[in-house]
Amino acid sequence: MSLPFLLEIGTEEIPDWMIEPWLEQLRFHVQGMLDGKSLGGSVSWAEATPRRLAVRADHVVERQVNSRKTSRGPAVSEGETAKIRFAESMGVRAEDLATIQTPKGAYFIAHKEISGKPAAEILTSEIPKVILRILWPKTMYWTGKNGPRFIRPIRWIVALLGGEVVHFGIADVESGNVSVGHRQLGAAHVPVTIDTYESKLRENGVILSAAERRAKIEKDIENLGVRIKPDTALLETLVYLTEYPTAIQGSFDPEFLKLPAEVLVTVMRHHQRYFSVESADGTLAPKFVAIMNTSADPDGLVRLGNERVLRARFNDARFFWETDQKKKLADRVADLAHVTFQAKLGSYLEKTERMIALVKELHGDHAAIRAAQLSKCDLTTELVKEFTELQGVVGGLYARVQGEPDEVWQAIYDHYKPASMEDSIPRNHAGQLVSIADKLDTLLGCFKIGLIPTGSRDPFALRRAAQGVVKILVEGELRLPVRKLLGGDAKLEEFVLDRVRYYFKDIRGFKYDEVNAVLASGWDDLVDVEERLVAIQAVRPTEDFEPLAASFKRIQNILKQAQFTGNGGMIDAALLEPGPEADLYNEFQNVRGTLANQPYRPALESIASLRPKVDLFFDKVLVNAPDAKIRQNRLILLQTLLKEFSTIADFSEIVTNA
Amino acid sequence: MDSYQEIIFKLKKYWSDRDCIIQEPYDLEVGAGTMCPETFLRVLGPKPYRVAYVQPSRRPADGRYGENPNRLYKHMQLQVILKPAPADVIEQYLGSLGAIGIDLRKHDIKFEEDNWEAPTLGAWGVGWQVMLDGLEITQFTYFQQCGGIDLDLVPAELTYGLERLAAFLQFKDSIYDVEWGGGASYRDVRFNDELQFSVYNFEMANVETLWKLFELHEGEAARLLRLFDPKLSDKSRFPLLPTYEHVLKCSHLFNTLDARGAISVTERVAVIARVRKLAVGLAGAWMDQQNADAATEPAEAVQ
Repeated sequence: MSLPFLLEIGTEEIPDWMIEPWLEQLRFHVQGMLDGKSLGGSVSWAEATPRRLAVRADHVVERQVNSRKTSRGPAVSEGETAKIRFAESMGVRAEDLATIQTPKGAYFIAHKEISGKPAAEILTSEIPKVILRILWPKTMYWTGKNGPRFIRPIRWIVALLGGEVVHFGIADVESGNVSVGHRQLGAAHVPVTIDTYESKLRENGVILSAAERRAKIEKDIENLGVRIKPDTALLETLVYLTEYPTAIQGSFDPEFLKLPAEVLVTVMRHHQRYFSVESADGTLAPKFVAIMNTSADPDGLVRLGNERVLRARFNDARFFWETDQKKKLADRVADLAHVTFQAKLGSYLEKTERMIALVKELHGDHAAIRAAQLSKCDLTTELVKEFTELQGVVGGLYARVQGEPDEVWQAIYDHYKPASMEDSIPRNHAGQLVSIADKLDTLLGCFKIGLIPTGSRDPFALRRAAQGVVKILVEGELRLPVRKLLGGDAKLEEFVLDRVRYYFKDIRGFKYDEVNAVLASGWDDLVDVEERLVAIQAVRPTEDFEPLAASFKRIQNILKQAQFTGNGGMIDAALLEPGPEADLYNEFQNVRGTLANQPYRPALESIASLRPKVDLFFDKVLVNAPDAKIRQNRLILLQTLLKEFSTIADFSEIVTNA
Repeated sequence: MDSYQEIIFKLKKYWSDRDCIIQEPYDLEVGAGTMCPETFLRVLGPKPYRVAYVQPSRRPADGRYGENPNRLYKHMQLQVILKPAPADVIEQYLGSLGAIGIDLRKHDIKFEEDNWEAPTLGAWGVGWQVMLDGLEITQFTYFQQCGGIDLDLVPAELTYGLERLAAFLQFKDSIYDVEWGGGASYRDVRFNDELQFSVYNFEMANVETLWKLFELHEGEAARLLRLFDPKLSDKSRFPLLPTYEHVLKCSHLFNTLDARGAISVTERVAVIARVRKLAVGLAGAWMDQQNADAATEPAEAVQ
């Protein structure tokens, strides 16, 4: 007979962003435990709200099936004493031992019947471990220093196998069959059975299913008859901030629409978690949608409260906006002397000057230089002090109001981009250059004074800066000498190279060995790196490519073994043996002749076409010839081959099956 | 409708009924109720403690010359420490909202993740900001560490923003319009501090003098900490509480210098580390002193 199993871990409010991924861990560990303990059964669902993680499994066996365990003991040749001792240790009678023949001789073996344990007994001991096995990003203890750790205090546990409670305790909480309802809409004691669990919760104001809460929010908004600015991240946040979501609409004074939409939306989204509402023409409407964690707003108090909070925040923003207009960005450059970038790296004024120099070095035009000069001025504004996430954006908006050309204000607006690998790069050339200059300056400066990221510690977000530079160079198709820009700092080069590798491998999905091969042949120009990668990726499946890569590796090994590293000189054609050696040389000359000015892909195809000649050479010709002169000449031939054909990629980095 | 002071009375009564000592504000400038010895030192060690007090909290950078309806240089916190946190601590907290007339069936309440950290105190905890109809009214924290020391008992710290709460309850758009009591408005009582301290903190404070004061207090705290010897036979006499006051002075001077724009983003890190070093040293000494006291108490008093 099989039984359903239900586990609900009742907690205080879990941070919204952790719930979904970490619920998956719980599901995984429960299934793993059921499998590991041969309890049959599989998890049928896992659901969560801010206050509970719940998992149901079905078809759990009531009792593990009996099993037989066979253990091998001493060799028969070791005699009677060893036999008796083994039997004792296994808890069986000596005469019940069997023997087994192996290539090393005969051994005693013992068979032991293991009777399966009741599922309830196993769950009692295993479930607490499963619960505490969840690896939360940040845990706490609450019962005292040596108490268990979890994301927030566990306050109740429902654990049922069929109709029975699975008994165990964690952190002063005993498991039972009593759940807890919604804080305002439900009872504090809600007895449940497995079959009534979801309906009892619903009666007590809890919608267990995240999908259902999501659907309710969407339906509610639809019923309000407004068009919201779609925002899936915000929707997910609200799904996991509520046990019973209900949408309400509020409005604000249209006067506030004189403020830039970016500012209003940031206040609503980041600070208040409201959806903003669009008019039919796509512009911002003076309305918002808030999601409550309750069923209704009977007296309109919730709407009033939210409107009041928003009014206060918008008033703040407007006050800052107006104050800031009293002084133009261009007049704020000198003030940057009082804003420190980093103690040893000076003020933002100094940073700005270095950025301008870098932009010039990158051949930036007048607009790019102007944008660089104004880029950091918004750090002195009240609005950015209040809404730091709007740095750059605010500068761009002010520059636009103050009559800077599109190329300039857009460059300022975008120069912190890309904020992540998913984010876009700055929209125009000036913005791309300013962004690169900003990030490069930070990288150069921090490495110079030893602020180098270690492990997960990266307080200046240097990884993101370096990644941003890489992304802009490649996706903006900027053929700039990235290595030269790094000023010969070996550690920084390695750091950036690591980001280049990450970008092409993890973000763009190129194979790691192709990336290594291409980067080994140089990475001065990342646009060029991308072109070479695309070519390698295209040529790789062709028949000759991988075997040739294997041959290149062989050449490298031969040269290494011969300790032939230096410049060996010119190939002496007269010393070449007719046949495979001379053939290879001639073919090499032919291919080399065609390579110049060829696009990478046909060039790689030409190189790959050398393969039969290379194979034949290795088949028939002894590199390590007795005659030192001939040996030397052959090594030179191989070295030249390697050198000439490694400008696109170092083929020896390609991992082959050969 | 309750006046500002009426709201405070009710909250104090509520927590008094739940076995809290009602303390008076600490008589030194602090940035938050957490910094008072009643929290910072009492949360250390294994002794249970329950206390509630209003603490005027000074944040020089938040001053707005009395012009901003929602921001203050000095605001009042009601600070509640429940050590250890009872299992129904959230229910008790929600009960306190009921006690000041908030009918939760008519409002929206959310607990949003907000982990608290006070780098100058070497203290951190996890918790939430409690949102009532979109307004943050309370910071709720389970302390985990204080003065760099893992806490034996985990206290819950509830910090109510009293002005906001009063404005909410009185339907006021500006804190200054809140009715304080006795016929006076918040403006009548507090406007002058807000204006004059803003002027001082942002315009007139002498940076050199503040640095000098900072160094004097830092030096005195450090000197005393050096004198504290764990092997002293009469440790309980050692003036760690006065030492801590010098640390608090440093913290407030740091905040004032910061508001004055005299500390750069990166200098901050270094100055915070200096204050933190004192706070951590003090917390360690305090623990040592408390343990010694516990050991010398008569046997029957030690449970």
